[in-house]
Amino acid sequence: MKRANEPIFWSLFGAGGVVSALLGPILILITGVIVPTGSGVPPGAMAYPRMLALAQSWCGKVVLLAVISLFLWHAMHRIYHSLHDLGIHGGAGAAAICYGIALVATLATAYLLLIIGF
Amino acid sequence: MSARKPYVRPMDGWWRRNPFFMRYMAREASAVFLAVYAVILLVGVFRLSQGKAAYDAWLAALTSPLSILFHLVALLAVAYHAYTWWKVMPKTMPMLHVGGRRIPEITLSAVGWAAWLAASLIVYVLVRGL
Repeated sequence: MKRANEPIFWSLFGAGGVVSALLGPILILITGVIVPTGSGVPPGAMAYPRMLALAQSWCGKVVLLAVISLFLWHAMHRIYHSLHDLGIHGGAGAAAICYGIALVATLATAYLLLIIGF
Repeated sequence: MSARKPYVRPMDGWWRRNPFFMRYMAREASAVFLAVYAVILLVGVFRLSQGKAAYDAWLAALTSPLSILFHLVALLAVAYHAYTWWKVMPKTMPMLHVGGRRIPEITLSAVGWAAWLAASLIVYVLVRGL
């Protein structure tokens, strides 16, 4: 019997759903609104030395990889299944593109965090 | 080749006919904003790997009015996703019982919403205090 791969994608969708439901809004608020407008956090909250130190620490690497990759696994799974609701029945090609984007982004983030060093 | 042209029920705008479906599509659409935001963060990590000048240019790009507008809309969309995620959570998990009585769904959702609030406060305090 051919094993279904849906449980893998569904698990990543679920994990991404939880992480984005806990951290999504506050991260968007901080990196996209509060820091750029300079209100509510000290200046330099996202300055280069601090973010470099974050990306060079083990803990920071795990958080960055988890946030970026799980957000995308969650979002691309949802987008893939929503295509049907819009009358686009893309089949295996649509699945390959959607999950491919999440996979490439995951590998790219892991690679970048590796070359950023420790 | 057959000349038959079978009738396919059109799907245009089906979700605009019912508020329930509109809320459903709003929740699904939040994924687009979440995906774009994740890519913005990925670009940030990429620019960080290129050095200070590249990273500072990424930070500067975030201050453009268009970027701030995008993030405000994304904030609303992802907050709606978070709200619905915890609202639906009790239906996606096994029933929990305490003292022979089933824990009400609204209680479980409230725990989720509280966890969301607590996580948000922790992140904010960490960023503020670091």
